[in-house]
Amino acid sequence: MNKHHRVPSNRTLSSVEVKSKFGAEFRRFSLDRSKPGRFDEFYGLLQHVHRIPNVDLLVGYADVHGDLLPINNNDNYHKAISVASPLLRLFLQRKEEADYSAFGTDSLTRPKKTVLAAVLLRPDANRKKPPVIISLPRDFRPVSSIIDVDILPETHRRVRLYKHGQEKPLGFYIRDGSSVRVTPQGLEKVPGIFISRMVPGGLAESTGLLAVNDEVLEVNGIEVQGKSLDQVTDMMIANSHNLIVTVKPANQRNNIIRSSGGGGGAASGSSGRSSDSGASFYGYFTPGAAIVTTPAHIIQNFHPEELESDEDEEDLVIEADGEALPIPRAASASCSMPSLPRYEPHLNLRSTANGALASSTGSLSTVSTPDRGLEGRSLEEDGTLITL
Amino acid sequence: MKLHMESCSNQKEVKQLGLCAPERMKRFRRHGQESQRERIKQELYGFNKTVEHGFPHQPSALGFSPSLQLLAIGTRSGAIKLYGGPGVEFMGLHDENAAVTQVHFLPHQVELVTLLDDNSLHMWTLRAHHGVSELLEIGRFTLTGPPGAPPSVTRVTAVLAHSSGDLLLLGTEGGHVFIVKVPGFRELEERNISLEKVTNGVPEDYGGRRSLEHVESLQENPVNPRQVLIGYGRGLMVIWDLDSQSAVTHIPATQQLESVWWTEDGGHVLSSHSDGSYCRWKVAGDDPQSEQEKSEVPYGEDPQKVNTMPPFLFLSGGMPRASYGDRHCISVIHSKTHVALDFTSRIIDFFVIRDGPYHTGEPSALVVLVEEELVVIDLQTEGWPVIQTPYLVPLHCSAITCSHHVSAIPLKLWERVLSAGALQNTHYSKKPWPMTGGQNLAPDPPQRDLLLTGHEDGTVRFWDASGVCLYPMYKLSTAGVFLTDSDPNDNLNQGTEGEWPPFRKVGCFDPYSDDPRLGIQKIHLCKYSGYLTVAGTAGQILVLELNDEAAEQTVEATVADLLQGQEGFRWKGHTRLEVREEPVTFPPGFQPFALVQCQPPAVVTALTLHSEWKLVTFGTSHGFGLYDYQQKNNVLVRCTLNPSDQLAMEGPLSRVKSIKKSLRQSFRRIRRSRVSLRKHHVNNAAKLQQANARLEAELAEMELAPVQRKIEPRSPDDSFTGLVRTLYFADTFISDSSHNTPSLWAGTNGGSVFAYQLRLPPVERRGEDPVTAHPAKEIQLMHRAPVVGILVLDGHGSPLPEPLEVAHDLARSPDMQGSHSLLVISEEQFKVFTLPKVSAKMKLKLTAIDGSRVRRVGVAWFGSTRTDDYGESGLTVLTNQGDLHVVSLPGVKLQVQYPCIRREDVSGIASCVFTKHGQGFYLISPSEFERFSLSARCVVEPRSLVEVSSETPSTTLPRALPDGASVEPVLQEIQKSLEVDQTVLCRDSFVCVCYRTFLENGTSALAGGNVLSN
Repeated sequence: MNKHHRVPSNRTLSSVEVKSKFGAEFRRFSLDRSKPGRFDEFYGLLQHVHRIPNVDLLVGYADVHGDLLPINNNDNYHKAISVASPLLRLFLQRKEEADYSAFGTDSLTRPKKTVLAAVLLRPDANRKKPPVIISLPRDFRPVSSIIDVDILPETHRRVRLYKHGQEKPLGFYIRDGSSVRVTPQGLEKVPGIFISRMVPGGLAESTGLLAVNDEVLEVNGIEVQGKSLDQVTDMMIANSHNLIVTVKPANQRNNIIRSSGGGGGAASGSSGRSSDSGASFYGYFTPGAAIVTTPAHIIQNFHPEELESDEDEEDLVIEADGEALPIPRAASASCSMPSLPRYEPHLNLRSTANGALASSTGSLSTVSTPDRGLEGRSLEEDGTLITL
Repeated sequence: MKLHMESCSNQKEVKQLGLCAPERMKRFRRHGQESQRERIKQELYGFNKTVEHGFPHQPSALGFSPSLQLLAIGTRSGAIKLYGGPGVEFMGLHDENAAVTQVHFLPHQVELVTLLDDNSLHMWTLRAHHGVSELLEIGRFTLTGPPGAPPSVTRVTAVLAHSSGDLLLLGTEGGHVFIVKVPGFRELEERNISLEKVTNGVPEDYGGRRSLEHVESLQENPVNPRQVLIGYGRGLMVIWDLDSQSAVTHIPATQQLESVWWTEDGGHVLSSHSDGSYCRWKVAGDDPQSEQEKSEVPYGEDPQKVNTMPPFLFLSGGMPRASYGDRHCISVIHSKTHVALDFTSRIIDFFVIRDGPYHTGEPSALVVLVEEELVVIDLQTEGWPVIQTPYLVPLHCSAITCSHHVSAIPLKLWERVLSAGALQNTHYSKKPWPMTGGQNLAPDPPQRDLLLTGHEDGTVRFWDASGVCLYPMYKLSTAGVFLTDSDPNDNLNQGTEGEWPPFRKVGCFDPYSDDPRLGIQKIHLCKYSGYLTVAGTAGQILVLELNDEAAEQTVEATVADLLQGQEGFRWKGHTRLEVREEPVTFPPGFQPFALVQCQPPAVVTALTLHSEWKLVTFGTSHGFGLYDYQQKNNVLVRCTLNPSDQLAMEGPLSRVKSIKKSLRQSFRRIRRSRVSLRKHHVNNAAKLQQANARLEAELAEMELAPVQRKIEPRSPDDSFTGLVRTLYFADTFISDSSHNTPSLWAGTNGGSVFAYQLRLPPVERRGEDPVTAHPAKEIQLMHRAPVVGILVLDGHGSPLPEPLEVAHDLARSPDMQGSHSLLVISEEQFKVFTLPKVSAKMKLKLTAIDGSRVRRVGVAWFGSTRTDDYGESGLTVLTNQGDLHVVSLPGVKLQVQYPCIRREDVSGIASCVFTKHGQGFYLISPSEFERFSLSARCVVEPRSLVEVSSETPSTTLPRALPDGASVEPVLQEIQKSLEVDQTVLCRDSFVCVCYRTFLENGTSALAGGNVLSN
């Protein structure tokens, strides 16, 4: 163990007084504020001073607001040292007995006493509902989600399926079908790709973000129009580690409704309400008329770099000594297909889409003001996109 | 969750905005370089489908022009192909997807007329353009009858291209003959020979007034072009005078007419009939009634066609139906000699080529088009041997199972293979190819290329693929090594004395394989050492050596147990081939000296030979092995099988079985419900309805279940993950960066790469000390797509040279100073790793971007068309969508992309093979290779000129030119004069000028010019 921390030093500004509590026992010692060392050294020191060398510990401290915060890495250890004034109060728990709910961030609403209460006393049995459990940072992992709500038309949904580290199957099937599009020549039946089946218990089903008969419009930023079922299958499988599909949901009633009045609220998708009235509110986005938004509305704001980001697959290499290592990335970045269509084509598509939109709007005599606002906003979006 | 994602997308937007400005500036800066690169790309790459090798699939019509010395073949898919002298080839395709039923050259012209199944007529011509002829369609025409007439009135059954060159006589199903002026297809209504006109003149005693039926044949009198013979289906033949528009003679045959032939002197008409007889009619003078001179029934019923060229008589068919109805025969009768040529497929048509300056002399060759090959019989050599064809070779005489291309063969090996092949071809006629039309203007191929095809019967055929003609060089049979069920004395049913008819087998098309296990699956030839390895369907790997002498030897067999003690599996596939234990005599050529047999005997899926190290590596769906063919032992056997992969273990049959089983089950289910339905029929109507509904639902489910595809990442438990897809030898830095060592790399279907370090004893102890292999690395690609190619790039980023290539001074030695890199090509991506420590350097994703997968990949050198000294290495890639890509090395960037094969054409895509110079071949039918070129510099395509000349042959023929420089202008001169002459052409004097240019070392000279005039 590091002897440097062993001997409590004088009470100066350069040192931090530590009071560590484990069960009913207290230990007091001090640390050099300027040289706190690493967390693992500190952890070893705690085990040493409490004489519990083989016990897995959960280390917490009380911050200035009286919140109990965890110390489990170098960063929050250093933070704890730096904010301690002058006393650093530590609470140690056995990992297996740990009460995670004691950690909290909602400090302002909580009386200071609760920290001690949380640790020293059992939580009230008659408390109405347990606080929301937030797991430790190390347990965080990306999950499947709807993305890009701010830039996609309401009728479309872009879903990111995180397969990474999951035992669940992706669990869906696709099929050929036909969909109706609005073209300058009028309604046209075009071939499309649809989700045909969900595997019960699969990732796709468990997220609830995809459903049978949703039309697949894009796979990882590439339009599927004009591609065969087998091609789309291969694209999805090739991207299965980080699959992003843009669909036109068969059920348009659960669409996320953006705040009305046009403009401003583009980022408020999180307040999504599920409402049937939405259909009448947004006149021409009702399921029947949803076709107004042609595939030209599909926006590709993927950065190829991002798709290649850290969650991209890492191949496994076993060297002669038999140790398995994930392949490290060499310095130079991976390159994607140079022919990947990025921005230019969309300028063209966008302009025609606006034309179609405008004309169809004009033909609808009952267009209400929110609609106009919406249209205006979507034009604004076009503007920002064109600059990209 | 939503909160999380919201902030996520906001961040992204910020990132986007931040990126946009520098991104753009970079683009502007790069612009100049990009256009430069575009220009280089244009100089390097260009896509062309150049020529089709092999025999056209499903031929349906044959035509011949004696004056042009060209033959034409029409196919059921509407293609028309013209062939003259070797190298002279043209191809055209009708827009209509209808079979070509007849092809007729206009006499003494470069035009020809085709009749299609849909009753349309098409006019084609060979038009010279920049000194090279092109086959062009110049007109089309469909007969229109009077309004309200049934379609049979205008349904064309017989075509006569009149020797005047501007008339076409069209006989129809309705019995009329329409006369059409060509070119332009203008109907001459007033000259039509209607059925009524003919019927009125028919003698009263000719079978009452029954219909004469369709026009079966139209023949022109060879000495009097005013007269044509109209043969009607019912048997009646009428000689019609075109000028007086009246019948001259009636020939009252009463048997159903099959074919008619007018003899050379115009004095006789030969007719063949459906009862198996042929008749000879004398038609001298203007005698209105001809007399039957002779009627003969040579064998029995069923004749097809009769043709005579004194002193020969040719009869097609005519065999007694009961005993020989399945034979495809042409009988050739010459005074006392009588042979029934017995072909292996259906006869389409035949014609005779005649000697002499005007093609009127002695018959020299009989050309027979049968469904699967073209056979030419030399009629001037004793025994009538077959002349080997320089083109239209039946590639598929046994089904092609694989192919392998070797570029730039050293002259020595080339000559040895040729001489071995010559010994096999002694039964062919020594006569030159009788068809001489056109002149081949293509430059001599820059190098000697070999195409090797493996066949189902265990043979490997060597083809000269250097030029436009795919010429057979040598045939290797591996069946002799094994004991098979076939009886070697199987062909004794022919040639017995006194047998009638006197059959003689001709042709080489023989699709019947004795034992499918003999099929060749993989071939690898080392062009420097003459070592060859071939591997087959039953896990057999043969190593062969080129020997100029015949040798008797036993082939030592070694078993490689690829299961390595894996338990719980049962091989349900075929058994191993049994090896002959006694010594076998092998003829000169490639002779096997070592044999490895995999256990289980699954089909070999990968094979590579390293002649410098004397090692062969092979893989199946169970694992791979390394064999030392000097010491004749296995160095390494590695099982790649996943224990949960049942399919791979059970062998190829189990899957078929399971499909059968499930089918059988469903049928049983249906039958059962039907039975139950019948049983309860009387008793319970409600139950019947119920059963009916259930049956319907079941059927609907079976038939209408939509095609759907499961989206699931590949898993290690998928089927056939252990199947070895590619094997590669490399001398590289596998363990440390200072010492390069030999290494073996294997890639599997499950995205695994295994690398072994090899230790070879020094050369002097190579015979005694063992070769050892140590596992060095294993890479598991996370996307688990099948690995289809592995390549090591040297310090300069160029692929390592082939074994012995450097030793023969034919390649730069690889750069061993800079660090090597490893390129792993999976079906989904191209990924470059560093060596010796494997870390990802860069990659090109293919499937993730456009949904296509790599099916075939090759390394090629692309030379620039602008300068001789610039070139680049690249990967030639064929995807499952049938697109061709070129990917640059070492940067793995997509350069160009061309659509090539229809994506539905799975067998075409699977058969593709690339050359080292940016060309490739793929099968467009079981019998034809399409040759394509991705290189702008290296293109092999037919360039030939066909012209009709005016009457003074001696003046137009430049028998000797002072030098090559004037060839081109002279040709153009000739051509110009020809174009003028054509308009004032005299009918009887035509010359076909045929000369070949030999372009050698940059100078061209005309040599061997000859004149063939009519």
